[in-house]
Amino acid sequence: MALRPGIADPEGLTIADGLRSLGFTTVEEVRHGKLLQVAFEAADAGAARDLVHGMCRRLLANPVMEVATFEVRAAEEQSEERRIS
Amino acid sequence: MSAPRVAVVVFPGTWSERDFAHVGGLLGWDVRLVWHTEPSLGAVDAVILPGGFAHGDHLRTGAIARFSPVMSAVTTFAAAGGPVIGSCNGFQVLCEAGLLPGVLLRNDHLEFRCDWQWLRVERAAASEAWLGDLADGELIRLPISHGEGRYYADDATLDALEAQGRVALRYTDAEGRAVGDANPNGSLRAIAGVASERGNVLGLMPHPERAAEAEVGGIDGLRLFRSLERWLAAQPAAAERRL
Repeated sequence: MALRPGIADPEGLTIADGLRSLGFTTVEEVRHGKLLQVAFEAADAGAARDLVHGMCRRLLANPVMEVATFEVRAAEEQSEERRIS
Repeated sequence: MSAPRVAVVVFPGTWSERDFAHVGGLLGWDVRLVWHTEPSLGAVDAVILPGGFAHGDHLRTGAIARFSPVMSAVTTFAAAGGPVIGSCNGFQVLCEAGLLPGVLLRNDHLEFRCDWQWLRVERAAASEAWLGDLADGELIRLPISHGEGRYYADDATLDALEAQGRVALRYTDAEGRAVGDANPNGSLRAIAGVASERGNVLGLMPHPERAAEAEVGGIDGLRLFRSLERWLAAQPAAAERRL
């Protein structure tokens, strides 16, 4: 979830100042947001997307101030395996 | 008229309920603390959503509180024209619940601000029930205590609120000027309080319950309580409202 474009983001400004003061002088702007990782079961990717869309609409994002984007990833086991190997 | 029966809603993390109950007690009100899991408010004349950090303010302020069972009853009560006030976190909950427009964002300076604040009454008629004893243009001084009080709504919503006379309170300096330094959180158009279309629901970031006795530094907050008393006394139907 990110603040809608145009809404003042004092946390983003402060982070940008911090980066510049560390020497990252080319930093032009930071917009801060929130990342949630939600684990759940769904029949397929389409059903998963529908569920996440509903979650965003009903609770996770407030459209007055935020824009939500999401991505659905399958098979936690798979990524676990990859990490082990 | 019998004493006002007032429900003060308590969420996990609410912290101002006892202050509201204390002031109600001073006035002889019948104050009931209503836990957020209650599906009903009982027979009450008014509802208060106090300040605090309902459900820890996780995700967004008021976002989880909105789904507490008691909020269905609050919404029904408000829809029937019952007077509802949300102060501080209560204002945030009312916005998340869609009972008031807009949203309260992180203060622009990122600090938690706890201080006395001057406010200009923009339109007392915006909420007769809660501001009826105040006059347009009048300055009052109330405590604020919040980290996320920056009122935001898009321009069309703000214009509509102004046009409909629903901007009830604005942050000002001691001379009543809504200048930059007097705005404690970066609220758009220095908005400190807004009312619903019918005026029965009022949300404000300041704490009227913390300014109801001279001993604590001011009594301007008491006038919102007195407004409600007078409004209820003039509403015979209110005594019969059962929700």
